[in-house]
Amino acid sequence: MKKLSLEEKLFLVSFRPDRESHLWIKDPRVCLEKCTAKWCTFTCPVRTYRWDEDHITVFFEGCVECGTCRISCEFDNIGWRYPRGGFGVTFKYG
Amino acid sequence: MERFDVIVVGAGPAGLAAAYILARAGLSVVVIERGDFPGAKNVMGGVMYNWPISEILPEFAREAPLERHVIEQRAWILSADAAFTVGHRSMGFDREPRNACTVLRSRFDKWMGQKVRAAGALIVPETLVETVLRADDGRVIGVRTSRAEGDLHADVVIAADGVNSVLAQEAGLRRRHRPEQLATAVKEIIALPASTIEARFGVTGSQGVTIELFGDATMGMVGTGFIYTNRESVSVGVGATIRDLNDRGINPNDLLEHLKAHPAVAPLLEGGETREYLAHLIPEGGLRAMPKLSTAGMLVVGDAAMMVNSLHREGANLAMHSGQLAAQAVLRARERRDFGAKTLACYDRLVRRSIIYRDLHKYRSLTSFMEQHREFFDLYPDLLNYAASQMLTVGGVSKRRRQRAIFAEARRRRSLWHMARDFFRFWRTIG
Repeated sequence: MKKLSLEEKLFLVSFRPDRESHLWIKDPRVCLEKCTAKWCTFTCPVRTYRWDEDHITVFFEGCVECGTCRISCEFDNIGWRYPRGGFGVTFKYG
Repeated sequence: MERFDVIVVGAGPAGLAAAYILARAGLSVVVIERGDFPGAKNVMGGVMYNWPISEILPEFAREAPLERHVIEQRAWILSADAAFTVGHRSMGFDREPRNACTVLRSRFDKWMGQKVRAAGALIVPETLVETVLRADDGRVIGVRTSRAEGDLHADVVIAADGVNSVLAQEAGLRRRHRPEQLATAVKEIIALPASTIEARFGVTGSQGVTIELFGDATMGMVGTGFIYTNRESVSVGVGATIRDLNDRGINPNDLLEHLKAHPAVAPLLEGGETREYLAHLIPEGGLRAMPKLSTAGMLVVGDAAMMVNSLHREGANLAMHSGQLAAQAVLRARERRDFGAKTLACYDRLVRRSIIYRDLHKYRSLTSFMEQHREFFDLYPDLLNYAASQMLTVGGVSKRRRQRAIFAEARRRRSLWHMARDFFRFWRTIG
């Protein structure tokens, strides 16, 4: 079957992103100075977290709200909550 | 400020089961759901067992949006380019009552929500519970929601808020999960014509097949993959513990693409069209990761309470059963007009006597066993396929020499003593 990129797959999912992010980096210095592995940049199923030179950028708009990042971060440095009611992902099939 | 007898947080199988029973018993019940409708954010692989849903809603088999009933369950142990397969097909599973069906949770939970509403409960969607409300003496008396003037009070709060249960953590009933206690699973819904599915899987009508995938399916990480047949799609997914994803540096979507490209899997999906990509956490910690189940004014059910038997991929059924037991406990507390910790602890006792506890107790060492015996996810699947290939290859080599080659290869990769110990421990863990 035709292989889709992750971006193409996410086009199939409906999102209603909030204005503000429900995910945040608690202390960016921890990412820069302490964290060498940057696990969040690959364990997230939709690649919400990207390392840009000296900081993590959070693309919360495509978050599927699984909770992996919160547990994956060995420094407990990801601020995590669910999006406000009515926002975020909606699955058609589930 | 509004007051109810019971607040249920989360419209999944556990919460909806509890809400249904309590609403039918005449209590005022509100279900708070953060999605647009029950099921909007709910995900599982796809197998729903007949029990206990048919006990709670006897019309389940007739009315619920079911995909296919499972008549055959296969297990495939994969190496990079081979598969050792076993399975069980029975016409016993074709007869009613059906043992298991595949479902798509967005549709299934919506149906269940309609039943709960018809039973008299109020379902409030698009609403996030932010925190539990406590009295001065510490007991839980309600929840604060994201809505304006959104404080709700009740005799009991049932935390059915799923694997990430913010409520259970906030109420001090559990600590932060550890990365080996949770698996990240991703899944695709791949559309195929019903006739193609029936031909490829050897079924007719609404019959269906499940395939569990081990070994190379997870690139040797602790976890499993799966293929489940729906009416006009197949659900293909794979999960591995966050600990292993961290250690190996693997992205779950890449893992899924790896599985879909396996030579035993790809032909089943050929010509299919991806309709949805989903991700969810699976509580794999078992009994040893189970939180405290009750406190004054609050009970914890389903995934929020780690009630998943991963070896038998049972979760939604255990969740519903915990919802039944929680409802029973609430009714008992109501008779006594006391919702203190002591009275509500009868829920703990009900769970302890139930199959939830009994089955999780049987496999209580499984999580730590798998952590310590990764051989079962990489070495042994490889060896098994090597052995099968050797014995099934015909050439100028005698069978005895082939057997010797198999033993030599096995011993080269792991000592006899270690292999004996691995399998003895495996038997002790699951036996």
